[in-house]
Amino acid sequence: MAVAIRSPEDIVHMRQTVREHAVRQGFSLVDQTKIVTAASELARNIINYGGGGEMLLEQVNEGLRKGLRLAFVDQGPGIPDIELAMKDGYTTGGGMGLGLGGAKRLSSEFRIESRVGAGTRVTITRWK
Amino acid sequence: MERIPILKMGPFLLVTIQVDMHDQLAITLQDDLTNRIAKERSRGVLLDISALDVVDSFIGRMIANISGMARVLDAVTVVVGMQPAVAITLVELGLPLEGVHTALNVEKGMELLRRRLAADAA
Amino acid sequence: MKSASRVAGLIKHHEKDLLGDWIKEQLGAASMRGDLLKEADLREQSRAFLSAVQEASQKGGIDSIDGPAWENVRQILAELSKSRALAGFSPAETAMFVFSLKQPLFARLSKDLKGDAEALGDELWNATVFIDKLGLYTTEMHQKSRESVIERQQTELLELSTPVVELWDDIVALPLVGTLDSNRTQIVMETLLQKIVQTGASIAIIDITGVPTVDTLVAQHLLKTVAATRLMGADCIISGIRPQIAQTIVHLGVNLGEVTTKATLADAFQVALKRAGAKIMKGVPAQEKAGDGDAERA
Repeated sequence: MAVAIRSPEDIVHMRQTVREHAVRQGFSLVDQTKIVTAASELARNIINYGGGGEMLLEQVNEGLRKGLRLAFVDQGPGIPDIELAMKDGYTTGGGMGLGLGGAKRLSSEFRIESRVGAGTRVTITRWK
Repeated sequence: MERIPILKMGPFLLVTIQVDMHDQLAITLQDDLTNRIAKERSRGVLLDISALDVVDSFIGRMIANISGMARVLDAVTVVVGMQPAVAITLVELGLPLEGVHTALNVEKGMELLRRRLAADAA
Repeated sequence: MKSASRVAGLIKHHEKDLLGDWIKEQLGAASMRGDLLKEADLREQSRAFLSAVQEASQKGGIDSIDGPAWENVRQILAELSKSRALAGFSPAETAMFVFSLKQPLFARLSKDLKGDAEALGDELWNATVFIDKLGLYTTEMHQKSRESVIERQQTELLELSTPVVELWDDIVALPLVGTLDSNRTQIVMETLLQKIVQTGASIAIIDITGVPTVDTLVAQHLLKTVAATRLMGADCIISGIRPQIAQTIVHLGVNLGEVTTKATLADAFQVALKRAGAKIMKGVPAQEKAGDGDAERA
């Protein structure tokens, strides 16, 4: 399913959606909080740097492993230096610079693809 | 316009955050709070986040800002009621929250504020 | 590859008959646990499996069952193994679901390739390797699901057995015993924090006297626990650090920072009391009336 992320109000709505799915999948409270917080960080990035975008949510099954996968996609300016962007404290927008690194720490899996001028896609997965 | 209510409790101010904060609300709160601290000459601010089940870096920055502004106005900020899951997540997230005092609940928060004020006055 | 498509083609053309023979084979087998599985369910499971195998072998050939074409089959086998494991089937009994397909498959191959001994030999080989792979996968999934049940039970046990003791008004203690792995430490951390909220304690003493080894990961988890406690507005003292553990910590280069550490729980308790504003005084023994060693608030 897809959730549009274009305004700060959308972030609130997206958080609730992610929380509902996490609850439904039976994640522990701490794991729920981690994935919702990670989602919040990445959604804010989309609004602050990506010029708006969307989140794609899917429940994943790999054999006996079940999890929740969220992809945050925007068609914004892209990230020229991904390694630098992932460093804690690095920010181009006056934030705390924790978004990407933080989301990675809070997730089981983290993947980022970005091309300057084309956009960015960050995918996080939390396994149960 | 939505506003977060600020309650006066003696020499302190109590702010209870119960809704999902968005940018405008956060800015309004910071404005309202600074004005109120100055007006009441409050020495302490209690920020009750016991209703928040998610605290991301945006809220973290807001808390740090409020704490900073209050300090400039000679008031101490104590954040109370952080939920365990939130605390664990924040540690993992790596949110610094330097210089921000915390307490388990409003009662303990006020105790903390009183002790500090007594120490200051001594 | 010609030989690969032969088996796949055979399954496709004779699916219904194969299914019938296979089910008959299973029902007659010694490993059929009629007490654990109803015949109707067995029929349905067999039908679904064979249909998925038919599709997958058409799409992806039978050389390997790891590719995306076989995902559905793997999923079915995983679910099946899990439910059979839970029902009480042994790994061998569960794998027989797959292995019993050999007999009907071979019989059909023999009929089809009668007269071409070489081709029959090749195909029998392909078929047996193929079915073995599926059977082994089933056993693996059976194993995994048993492991996850054990894990879950361990977790539940841990949650029940993380004893947080209220030592004083404001002080709780958590004596940890046994090895601390990642999983356990997380649960311990959550339980401790919840108890802190419940009891309203300002100080938590984590005693690791009963923890035999501390590696970097455990040390990090402990530090995270302390940090989380502080964030919530309480404080943590770690006690029970044996000389060996102290050495390990230094050698690992773990930075304990400002965390207060004490050698014994008793020492930690003293410190905690002081912080909480209490004092224990030794009174004069029994002859006198006042002061029996009661603790007094300072």
